[in-house]
Amino acid sequence: MKFPRWLRPALFIAALLALWEIAVDLHPGQILPGPVSVAGGIVDLLEHGLLLKYVVASLFRVTWGFILAAFLAIPIGLTLGWYRRGEMAFNPLVQIFRPISPLAWIPLAILWFGVGDLAAIFLIFIGCFFPLLLTAMSAVHNIPAVYINAGRNFGLSQSAFVSRVLYPAVIPQLLVGLRITLGVAWLVVVAAEMISVNSGLGFLIVDARNAGNRYDLVVAGMVIIGVIGLLLDLGMRSLEQIKSFRWRSSEG
Amino acid sequence: MSQTQVTVSGTMNAPKLRAEHLGVVYDRDGRSMPVLEDINLEISDGEFICLVGPSGCGKSTLLNAMAGFLSPTSGSVTIDGETVTGPDPRRILVFQERGVFPWLTVEGNIGFGLSKLSRSEREQRIAHYVKTVRLEGFENSYPSDLSGGMKQRLQVARALAVNPDILFLDEPFGALDSITRVIMRGELLRIWEAERRTILFVTHDIDEAVQLADRVVVLSSRPARIQDVLTIDIAHPRNISSPRYLELRDELLKQIGLAYEI
Repeated sequence: MKFPRWLRPALFIAALLALWEIAVDLHPGQILPGPVSVAGGIVDLLEHGLLLKYVVASLFRVTWGFILAAFLAIPIGLTLGWYRRGEMAFNPLVQIFRPISPLAWIPLAILWFGVGDLAAIFLIFIGCFFPLLLTAMSAVHNIPAVYINAGRNFGLSQSAFVSRVLYPAVIPQLLVGLRITLGVAWLVVVAAEMISVNSGLGFLIVDARNAGNRYDLVVAGMVIIGVIGLLLDLGMRSLEQIKSFRWRSSEG
Repeated sequence: MSQTQVTVSGTMNAPKLRAEHLGVVYDRDGRSMPVLEDINLEISDGEFICLVGPSGCGKSTLLNAMAGFLSPTSGSVTIDGETVTGPDPRRILVFQERGVFPWLTVEGNIGFGLSKLSRSEREQRIAHYVKTVRLEGFENSYPSDLSGGMKQRLQVARALAVNPDILFLDEPFGALDSITRVIMRGELLRIWEAERRTILFVTHDIDEAVQLADRVVVLSSRPARIQDVLTIDIAHPRNISSPRYLELRDELLKQIGLAYEI
């Protein structure tokens, strides 16, 4: 008997939800809301039009922070990776900035941009910039010399070399880096919204607790964050499946 | 000016490629390590030359220097009387492995060096070389869907498509299984007879050299010098159990210092 692929995890999740509900029913109290009340919380948010609004607000910040970081970090990283001397000059600085959690920037972000979208976008930008810079640099280092030599052999101009050899050669590694970094961005936005703005899923969680201990809404927010994070990851993975991008995995 | 050109290209005996006192010294951790010493070689147009020698002796280094990927420490390489200063689409290097671009289809790879041609010319050229290397039906396949032998044929097609005078092949069949390797030799000879390019072919396989080459250049161990140049005076197709074949093969084995028996 053959099950569809999704059936097994779906059954497992259903079983866990049932166990969760039973456990909460057996020990009523304030420790954890059950799945039914969490679902009620989600419906509540939907009815007030808050769910869509907060999801859009969070995605808006992530998109901007992530795209700005990608558009800056990738060209800089590729250039530094190509010109090793530039990298040697820059690398110590990058290594100092990289371990600073983006959350440590929150006070400065609020000082510079005030409470609002810009501060959150800045924090996401910071969280994405350094990982992407390092990904781009190492992607250039990992280009097999054969491709570079073949490109040189056919007499390409510098710009043709970049667009027809360098760029396609780094794409698979960049996509992996972008996917992981988008995950980071989604982590950072929740934290940033808890402090520096008045909307979004992170704000929802803090606000639900502060305004009357609505833990059903807290957990509802967590569930939504998880589901959207999964969808973002699946979206990025589907990019990696495009055949002319995917070459790396098959070409050992 | 035009007169000298006429005399140079008009002389039948002018070599296609000439290496003069070619030397390459690598710099390893501040210590200089000579790899090639005083290589003198003349190759005429349309010749098929195999370079053999003990592994690590500098065969690839010599090929890279002649193809312009490596500037020699001393001496020079001239092609048609012109000093080689860098890689050039008029002479294409074919690599042992991973030489084709995995992000391009078979057609994309063959057309890689043809962006200056018009669309119809390009398509014609691609179709011609798809046929030459017998990849019909795989035009839109990616290299990951091709076997090792097909990938190497594709690399040869991409090289031939830009109409080079010289093909440099760096152990092009070295990563293939022995049956495919034999088939590929036949294919390469067929293509060479049809297209008549000058070929420089690095191999560590004695049989391969005797089967393919007009002349076999034997390099000594590092620092490599030319130890001997052997003319393979057997017409194609070659009978690989003929006495002359075995004689030349034994001669080469002896040159490299290998015993006849294992």
